[in-house]
Amino acid sequence: MRVRFTVNGRPQEADDVWEGESLLYVLRERLGLPGSKNACEQGECGSCTVRLDGVPVCSCLVAAGQAEGREVVTVEGLGEGGELAPVQQAFIDAGAVQCGFCTPGLLVAADDMLQRNPNPTDEDIREALSGNLCRCTGYEKIMDAVRLAAARQSEGV
Amino acid sequence: MDFLRPATWEEALAAKAEHPSAVPIAGGTDVMVEINFDHRRPEYLLDLTRIGDLQTWDTVPGGDAVRLGASVPYTRIMENLRGELPGLALAAHTVASPQIRNRGGVGGNLGTASPAGDAHPALLAAGAEVEAESVRGTRLIPIDDFYTGVKRNALAPDELIRAVRVQKADGPQQFSKVGTRNAMVIAVCAFGLALHPETRTVRTGIGSAAPTPIRARTAEEFLNAALEGGGFWDNGKIITPSVAKRFAELSAAACNPIDDVRGTADYRRHAVGVMARRTLMWTWEAYRATGRDAHRKGEVA
Ligand SMILES: Cc1cc2nc3c(=O)[nH]c(=O)nc-3n(C[C@H](O)[C@H](O)[C@H](O)COP(=O)(O)OP(=O)(O)OC[C@H]3O[C@@H](n4cnc5c(N)ncnc54)[C@H](O)[C@@H]3O)c2cc1C
Ligand code: FES
Ligand code: FES
Repeated sequence: MRVRFTVNGRPQEADDVWEGESLLYVLRERLGLPGSKNACEQGECGSCTVRLDGVPVCSCLVAAGQAEGREVVTVEGLGEGGELAPVQQAFIDAGAVQCGFCTPGLLVAADDMLQRNPNPTDEDIREALSGNLCRCTGYEKIMDAVRLAAARQSEGV
Repeated sequence: MDFLRPATWEEALAAKAEHPSAVPIAGGTDVMVEINFDHRRPEYLLDLTRIGDLQTWDTVPGGDAVRLGASVPYTRIMENLRGELPGLALAAHTVASPQIRNRGGVGGNLGTASPAGDAHPALLAAGAEVEAESVRGTRLIPIDDFYTGVKRNALAPDELIRAVRVQKADGPQQFSKVGTRNAMVIAVCAFGLALHPETRTVRTGIGSAAPTPIRARTAEEFLNAALEGGGFWDNGKIITPSVAKRFAELSAAACNPIDDVRGTADYRRHAVGVMARRTLMWTWEAYRATGRDAHRKGEVA
């Protein structure tokens, strides 16, 4: 089947999509957007997190056909005009990236939380990122990065 | 495989009547796992996410129940229905992770009918009816009759869940779940409890400790009699430890658990007893603190 939806603000179209295929597969294998990662394909790790109509979801659990006509934002769409988004820069500055496999999903989840909740408590951050697993960092640097992004964001205002 | 994309509820019912083997897909958090792992290859997927009616809720005429659309995601239940459906809102908050709670909902939990589904103990304790519909008409299935076996429910092949009608809380409710961490945990076992001061009854729900979600009926009957006999609903006294202990024992005895990777049968029985006692204490304290006066005023008015 053919599936049409908007990805990072641009209309996209994928052909010959198998009806049981996931949105994650379409993004990575058909639209050349490998930022969203595929680790577990069962909703456990969050490395495939994208925003679907503004809401963070595991793209491995969205059927491609369910994305028809919807708006998807992937990690590739976080920055603007070649610039990194503040949360991306904060991950680099805080040393929150090791192997990097979990990073795209964490960035999408953290970016979403910072939009909804610009002054998160540590508790809020842990809750917002509770669906994203990282096997490398032990999470402390990730916490630092999100705190840093929040602080920069509130200074900027 | 065919992907059916009804735009309205009527179209969905017609599609299900035409293809009874079609697998409905709402949040996909159960269905897609099965497809990704090749555990399921349905002939038809019936996408319910275009149907706006399933994403909203309202009050049942008469006003004592919330008619919760089958696909209202857990996130919305947590954020918007905490006052009316506190037990279900607490249960919703323990499901998986934000990403999963943004997609999954009670219709899917009921469709899967896993004994470990977190909505079930809360629905059993609150009192609920499943609104099942087909081209033949609508019927209301009492929640107590809905779970018919391990991952089996009372839906006919041509039926879809339109909504679940959950009694609005008339007293404090609690939900408790045992797992190895806070997030992303399928229940080792779970317990829901609701006080119903208007009928002077207590209802319970147990998850992951029997082939289906169940109520601890003997424990409820014992507690209802003990509370009535001791005048507890009126005098608001602290529940005697011996009553709480017996309630816990009878709740544990209601279980018919198995040993599996998440826990042993013995552990589950023990944990259900502990959760029964705790949820009773928490709700009773809340009732003593506020609910009793509110209820008395309600009686006078
Ligand atoms: C990582 C992960 C963690 C999880 N953790 C938990 C947890 O902690 N607690 C818990 O309870 N569950 C958990 N689940 C399971 C799942 O999220 C829930 O069962 C959820 O409620 C399913 O809702 P859904 O809308 O995604 O259902 P779907 O996957 O879309 O559907 C589930 C079933 O219900 C049927 N169905 C859906 N809607 C209808 C309808 N309107 N009428 C008839 N049938 C219908 C489908 O055909 C299917 O059989 C978890 C899942 C994942 C992937
Ligand atoms: S790949 Fe989707 S959650 Fe792990
Ligand atoms: S940096 Fe390696 S998994 Fe997180």
